[in-house]
Amino acid sequence: MTRSTEPVMSSPRYSGQARYDLTRFPAAKALLINRWPQFLVRVIALVGFLFAILAGLSGTPVGSRNFGIVFIWIVWWALLILVAVPLLGRGWCTICPIPMPGEWLQNRALLGPKGRKPPFGLGRKWPKSLRNIWVQNGAFALLALFSAVVLTQPGVTAVILAAFLFIALGTSLIFERRAFCRYLCPVGGFIGLYSQAAPVEVRVRDTAVCAAHTTKTCYTGSEDGFGCPWGVFPGGLVKNTNCGMCLECLRTCPLDNVAINIRSVGADLTQPRGRKLDEAFKAFIMLGSAFVYSAVMLGPWGQMKAAAYNIGSLPWLLYILVFLVFTFGLLPGLFYLATRAGQILTPRRQSSRKSFTAYAYALVPLGLAAWIAFSLSFVFANASYILPVLSDPLGWGWDLLGTAEYGWTPYLTQHVPALQTLVMVVGLAWAGVTVRRIAQESNNPVSWRQAIPINLFCLLVTVGFLWLFVG
Amino acid sequence: MNAQAAVASIANPRYRYWPWFLLALLALSISFIPLPTSTAVPGSKKLRISASQYEFSPAVTRVNVGDRVTIELLSTDVVHGLYLDGYDLEVIADPGQTATLSFIADKSGTFRFRCLVTCGPLHPFMIGKLKVGSNTLLWRGLALAVLAAAIGFWRLRR
Repeated sequence: MTRSTEPVMSSPRYSGQARYDLTRFPAAKALLINRWPQFLVRVIALVGFLFAILAGLSGTPVGSRNFGIVFIWIVWWALLILVAVPLLGRGWCTICPIPMPGEWLQNRALLGPKGRKPPFGLGRKWPKSLRNIWVQNGAFALLALFSAVVLTQPGVTAVILAAFLFIALGTSLIFERRAFCRYLCPVGGFIGLYSQAAPVEVRVRDTAVCAAHTTKTCYTGSEDGFGCPWGVFPGGLVKNTNCGMCLECLRTCPLDNVAINIRSVGADLTQPRGRKLDEAFKAFIMLGSAFVYSAVMLGPWGQMKAAAYNIGSLPWLLYILVFLVFTFGLLPGLFYLATRAGQILTPRRQSSRKSFTAYAYALVPLGLAAWIAFSLSFVFANASYILPVLSDPLGWGWDLLGTAEYGWTPYLTQHVPALQTLVMVVGLAWAGVTVRRIAQESNNPVSWRQAIPINLFCLLVTVGFLWLFVG
Repeated sequence: MNAQAAVASIANPRYRYWPWFLLALLALSISFIPLPTSTAVPGSKKLRISASQYEFSPAVTRVNVGDRVTIELLSTDVVHGLYLDGYDLEVIADPGQTATLSFIADKSGTFRFRCLVTCGPLHPFMIGKLKVGSNTLLWRGLALAVLAAAIGFWRLRR
């Protein structure tokens, strides 16, 4: 076996960026290609997902005693935002159970392709005008408006989860591939954005090999696997955003040209190709949501909590107005002013829209840091709800493991503020590095001036978060 | 050493990492150097905090370092509790009743207090703040943020 830390890519797009290809290890490759490990994990996740729906609908309405709330919004959320997204990017999408029933129907198979049956369903192509993440942006913002209820009411959480399942199922019967994951899932939208910061990627080794491969089995499918469920041609991948890491291309490539790489963090953020306004706005939505959530849920202002919770009331209408104006108006507006100020400082300018979109990618590490810092606070404070819920998942008075009476115990809450500070400062420094690299993309010797207001914007946002977290 | 020689010495690979070493030293200094403590004379402080779904009132309270603090928790609707982060202290008050908690505020900073009895849907987010002396963590955090931004500016020029 050859073990080397040398870059393994021959394609020009990887020049100067070291990658370590995990599939060079035969055991790792065999494990990744084998369908059973992924399938079993997904089935377990599906069982947990269905049980969360059941618990939400039939269990106790007390959120802290209900499996649906505790396992979705504490356990799953902690694993997602503190581990999966920062380290594995779309690693969650690899094992997500939500599209499974739809895929089974669409593929007419539970596991792998057998006999290349034609897909079940209408198999329509997703409308061209919607081939972006604007719908996901809207869906996330919509859910965020109801978050105080969704996060605390088991029944509402159950309805949302069931809706995800049925919309995914319905979408797979009308449209080809995983249209739900790619264009509709509100969670997938932000995972895709933040996956650009992750130190792992699926890429082809040599794009020339893909170009010469006439049948393109990674896209069309073969006896060994399905065509890319995300509708992506792996040979053209330059960013993680739309790659669901489902591993099908690894299975279908007959030329051993697909790699699972370990790479430097944030490699996609400085990739000039594929930058889009919808993704830029996603960065603002995520940053704005993290700020509003931190104020409402971690702050001491009771009236704000009541406003977020009492849906339909006048205070709630005011709350959603503030949320929408802050997220879609104030934050992007200030950022736009920062990019304009940067343009005034720079003699040779790029267009405002291009500059706005490019520099918005620097908000990815900052936003990710904000979400991690926000999550640290309530996850450590509320993790002790896990043991009682494991023993009595529906709140029906069971005591399966003898831990049903385990009391609420906050863990490490005395250290959380320091951790939050550290996370935010690292996020700001990372954003600064990203700004610098984006500025260096133009050959303008004074392009650094354009980045000064962007750095100030990032500093301002960080100061705001620090005030909320430790002020 | 004149300016030209200084620039040349930084360009020398042998000295390439010196700026980073100095910045790391500065960051560590900001993080850990003891700051002057409050000169306020410790005394007794009585805080009457009422708890209702889902807020404490007053939500933010201030005491001096070294104060003997007595918290009177009055629950106005259902059973509420108060758990003080950092001090690991708690008290529970029945509806309409007052419960008391006394301690010496010997740690400075801002500490969250939370309801510790499930009191309704928004219970996990029922939070208040006790500010003891100056909030050194916030000032250190702000200084580190400015340092991180300054590094960003410095790197931009290179």
